[in-house]
Amino acid sequence: MEVLEQLEIEKQSEVAGRVQARPPLIESGCEFIGKLEIKGLNAGYGRKAILHQLDIPPFEVGQVTVLTGPNAAGKSTLLRALAGLLEVQGSMKFNGQELVGMSARQRAGIVGFMPQHVPNNINLSVMEAVISALKASPFDAVSGKNNSLHGRALDILERIGITHLALDHLSQLSGGQRQIASLARTVVRDPKILLLDEPTSALDLKHQVKVMKLARSFAMDGRIVIIVLHDLNLALRWADRVIVMDKGKIAGYGNPTESITAQTIAKVYGVHVRIINCPLGQPHMIVDDEMQ
Amino acid sequence: MDLATQVIVWEVRMPYSIMALLVGASLSIAGCEMQTIMNNAMASPFTLGVSAAASFGAALAIIIGVSLPGVGTEWMVLANAFLFAFGATMLLQTLSSLKGAGPEGLVLFGIALVFTFNAFTGILQYMASAEALQQFIFWSLGSLTKANWENIRFLLILIVAIVPFSLASAWKLTALRLGEDSAKSFGVNVGRLRFLSLLRVSILTAGSVSFVGTIGFIGLVGPHIAKLLVGEDHRFSLPASILSGALIMSLASIASKALVHGAIIPVGIVTSLIGVPVFIILIFNKRSK
Repeated sequence: MEVLEQLEIEKQSEVAGRVQARPPLIESGCEFIGKLEIKGLNAGYGRKAILHQLDIPPFEVGQVTVLTGPNAAGKSTLLRALAGLLEVQGSMKFNGQELVGMSARQRAGIVGFMPQHVPNNINLSVMEAVISALKASPFDAVSGKNNSLHGRALDILERIGITHLALDHLSQLSGGQRQIASLARTVVRDPKILLLDEPTSALDLKHQVKVMKLARSFAMDGRIVIIVLHDLNLALRWADRVIVMDKGKIAGYGNPTESITAQTIAKVYGVHVRIINCPLGQPHMIVDDEMQ
Repeated sequence: MDLATQVIVWEVRMPYSIMALLVGASLSIAGCEMQTIMNNAMASPFTLGVSAAASFGAALAIIIGVSLPGVGTEWMVLANAFLFAFGATMLLQTLSSLKGAGPEGLVLFGIALVFTFNAFTGILQYMASAEALQQFIFWSLGSLTKANWENIRFLLILIVAIVPFSLASAWKLTALRLGEDSAKSFGVNVGRLRFLSLLRVSILTAGSVSFVGTIGFIGLVGPHIAKLLVGEDHRFSLPASILSGALIMSLASIASKALVHGAIIPVGIVTSLIGVPVFIILIFNKRSK
């Protein structure tokens, strides 16, 4: 019995060593300046208002913020409003610069948006698609010379780990591979604000972890990263901050364990859950049953 | 070369052949842009009713002699063709931006436009004199026999003026293939891109229709062959569409002379015979996906 217990402790230590803990920003030595402030935001589709006078505490550079909530809560609407894809009223300021009313070209230098759905009938290679993201409008950060743009595209593919797919056509990739290629296109222009709309929806477990690790590393580069997720356990594991939305309003806000509570989930989703700590100390949500 | 041969070669055959190249090129590149802007593989000036609208405008000029105030007689056909082609593309653009329209809805609306403008043209034909009617019917079938060096010069100027703007938009059009949301996030003004692209489509379609009548399916088949060969990077698919459209139209014009010994079938009939099976294949291909 003692031998088995010893083996179990060794195994847990080995796993703990592999799992990279989320380093506090102060200890990591990073000092990031910049924030995104949203005040009095109104947005919707046609006559249907989804967000009404929405105020959100500032998003900070270097943080991963997860937006979660039931369907039609307004998560994607908020992301699309930030991406300039909707008519909005109110204020969205990044480092004091107003994003509302900004031209598409100016916004492309600040905001990168990865849509939820990726077209699947495109006869373009992954590399061509990434370069088209750079060439679609003037890109000031890198000179317009082809070799530097190609180099930049290759660097991004290498960082994301899909260099082997560079020459494959998007129409031949799996849904998950297309989603990761979409992430490459989103970050290649070096946006300061990265908006990812359900980036893990088509991914297997391994690639979900990969994308969340990448999101964290992009944040650590000095970006604001905002991700819409339905998987609350991913949010608990990887987010610095979680905003729970319901019917266009904020139902929960704070660090993951402050915002994803049994009470909040019961109120917003109508489901009984328990938040427990796994043996490695990470919070984990267990779904019991829907409320009667 | 004796004088008779010279006249046949330089005044009849050469303009016929060159007009085939230019019309094929302009309709094909127009179709390529249309398929990207409308996000619809079945889009082309013919299938979505733009050619039918241009034909109706031309019919107004040929049969009744009606056009915009201030437009000279020699420009009436072209001006009317452009006006109605542009109006049809704006209608299609409005529909394509409606939620729930979908690619199939757009094609159905295009078919509705074809029937509508054909009906209006039918009314004009009913009212026309015998001479005007004969002139118009032969024109409406799509024929290269009235090609001359003046028309070629004008169409060439149109193509040389318009195509560079298409090629300059190549990266934006490629980005649009990745989805409208993605293109906007890359900094593309999608609304402006659509408007200018449809303007180019209208001009190229009107130019072709006003000189040779309604030529079907070149704008559909040409871009598909180009994309099969070079992919959807518009730096290559736009020039490839020009070449493939020119080639298909040339082959169709040869077939129109060779099919019936001693007679020239209107080339519009030949392109429709080629194009309809391709159109059906595309529909079934889309459904199976």
